[in-house]
Amino acid sequence: MAKGRVSVVVERCKACGFCVEFCPSHVLALSSAFNSKGYHPPHVVHPEKCSGCDLCGMYCPDFAIFATKVKPASGGEK
Amino acid sequence: MTDNLIPGILNNDVVNPVEPFLRSDRIPHIWCPGCGIGTTVNSFARALIESKIDLQSLALVSGIGCTGRVAGYVQLDSFHTTHGRAIPFATGLKLANPKLNVVVYSGDGDLSAIGGNHLIHAARRNIDLKVICVNNLIYAMTGGQTAPTTPDDSITSTNPYGVFEPSFNLPHLVEAAGAVYVARWTTFHVRQLARSISEAFQKKGFSFIEVISPCPTLYQRRNKLGDGLDTMKYYKEKSKVRHGAPTSEVGLTMTGEIVVGKFVDRDRPDYQTLMRSQFVHSLGERFVEQAEMVCS
Amino acid sequence: MKADPRGVLTGTHFIDGDHACCEGALAAGARFSAGYPITPSTEIVERFASRVPTVGGTFIQMEDELAASITLQGAVWGGAKAFTVTSGPGFSLMMEHIGYAVMTETPCVFVDVQRGGPSTGLPTLPAQADMMQARWGSHGDYEIIALCPNSPQECFDLTIKAFNLAEEFRVPVMFMMDEVVGHMTEKVVIPPADQIDVVPRRHTHKSVDDYLPYETNGDQVPEMAHAGEGYKFHVTGLTHDERGYPNMTPPVQDKLVRRLQSKIRDAADRIALFEEEQLEGADVVVISYGITSRVAQRAIEAAREQGLRVGKLRLITAWPFPEKKIHELATNIKAFVVPELNLGQMVREVERAAAGQAKTFAVSHAGGGVHNPNDILKVIVEASR
Repeated sequence: MAKGRVSVVVERCKACGFCVEFCPSHVLALSSAFNSKGYHPPHVVHPEKCSGCDLCGMYCPDFAIFATKVKPASGGEK
Repeated sequence: MTDNLIPGILNNDVVNPVEPFLRSDRIPHIWCPGCGIGTTVNSFARALIESKIDLQSLALVSGIGCTGRVAGYVQLDSFHTTHGRAIPFATGLKLANPKLNVVVYSGDGDLSAIGGNHLIHAARRNIDLKVICVNNLIYAMTGGQTAPTTPDDSITSTNPYGVFEPSFNLPHLVEAAGAVYVARWTTFHVRQLARSISEAFQKKGFSFIEVISPCPTLYQRRNKLGDGLDTMKYYKEKSKVRHGAPTSEVGLTMTGEIVVGKFVDRDRPDYQTLMRSQFVHSLGERFVEQAEMVCS
Repeated sequence: MKADPRGVLTGTHFIDGDHACCEGALAAGARFSAGYPITPSTEIVERFASRVPTVGGTFIQMEDELAASITLQGAVWGGAKAFTVTSGPGFSLMMEHIGYAVMTETPCVFVDVQRGGPSTGLPTLPAQADMMQARWGSHGDYEIIALCPNSPQECFDLTIKAFNLAEEFRVPVMFMMDEVVGHMTEKVVIPPADQIDVVPRRHTHKSVDDYLPYETNGDQVPEMAHAGEGYKFHVTGLTHDERGYPNMTPPVQDKLVRRLQSKIRDAADRIALFEEEQLEGADVVVISYGITSRVAQRAIEAAREQGLRVGKLRLITAWPFPEKKIHELATNIKAFVVPELNLGQMVREVERAAAGQAKTFAVSHAGGGVHNPNDILKVIVEASR
């Protein structure tokens, strides 16, 4: 059960690669999809490993990604 | 799970922690892919959250340049002033309304070249300002000219055969001028930077935080140093945390070690404290406390 | 609104123009100044430095005029009425920031006690050679207000007027003194505070959600807010829209820059102040300002004694220039005579406004002293032929 959840604001991303590189759990990779500016935004490849630390959010120079902690609800992940 | 979003808000009300500090209607911003300025803004926002600063009484003043554009993207009373003069403008703001927390957020060229005189005098006077100096070692906005901080041998548009002038060691300069808090981090050190900014908010007096940041489009590209990510990896690899290091020893080179940390944390009475006590001492009962200036 | 009595030194004084200007600023409600010493203006801020801690305000001597001219603007946005003082070389340094005040619509006063130039020139001697600089000194298109006192009493009264105009139009006002008026000592009567009208800051009454910093509601001057009040507004010197956000496109540029001009031009008749004497039936009208107007008075009277029909028009507002008035006069008279302590500045405006309907004679002087009244008389006689 992942402790955290990543959200990506696809249209803001400029594919700098900081989030992919500095995620301590290697949760992210650049996707093959394009946003309208032609950049490859990141996508989550290992969602179960996300701790919600939000280092991706702190590194992102474009305010295009962030992680939040998932509340441990009785039913599991939201 | 990944979602496409309108700025910052998910349908189950998850918000980017930095979003409330941004003028979302102006994002995406103008900074290049791999530029570190946006990263510094994240650290700044975190510091505001952690220090529980009252945003209503926070004012941000910037100069001209890429970093100077920060003023236009933050949801605060913000002033985009003239080149090199953010510090004197900020001084006027602070003196007229001492209740304000005044942050100066500007670049290395703006603060240390054209603004150099104001930098040293404000540090000397110990004006209560928090100065965040994003140092990308270049004049970026205007196309990559030499800055006083550009390291030896760098190629720039105004030193096409390589910089041969010695460059400034900003922490050393600012400490010598009188700053009470001097720290340096890079855009790799996001958490430490946020902590330094928070610490500066707790101090009264002239605080100076230098943040080394990539300029992949100009500085790194012209010097074949890779892109923003390569530079961040270089920061990670070559930075050395040395709290309390003598600032004379923290000069920068193009590819060498980057000494980071908190170098100076001392206490000196700030300008307004000195001013007030001088007047009380000299004028006694004739001294009239500065009333709230708001004139309407 | 009436002046704050704490700043009003009511009474009859024997002081010079510089000192009177300082008292005018205090009476107008100025509680902040950032300055840099330069002869012959320094006494204004020296007096302010001495007075203001007993009145409740701040003076700071900055490291240069570049700093002084922007520090005062920071203080304005922090809520104060603020000003600085300088002379030629400092005025030149301040030009960028005068333009910043124009662009951001920051109400403030810049005092220039003119001295001989160019460059270091004659630090202790008079001239009136910054008049065009007051109008055109900063880059770009803009309109400005400039006042010229000709006595220490006017240095008091018109400084208040300068602050009032600054607040009304949200513009930096140029207060163009000269070294003689600044250093001449005369009687200055300062009335009780309740007889002095001051214009308050044009502060918005809108709520935080409704307020746009550069929106105009009918008239051409936007309402202001100060830092620290929760409005979280943005101010920039870049071309900007009503939100204060940079918007660097031709349509926005056109709208903004034209409004910055027209907010003053459209009110030019209201702003223009001058002193007229015997304009009816005059053949020659002498146009002058500042100390030269006092010297010209002798020449005018001498000319009248000779039977010449000489009128007087003293410019109190030099900018906006009273074009309409000059244009009307030109159709009824033979000639204008314009003595100035320069090699021909305001005379060009007279000539332009006269549009060939009357001749224009300059009485130039390179500066360093005042005219010999006979030199002005000679030209009046010549102009009357």
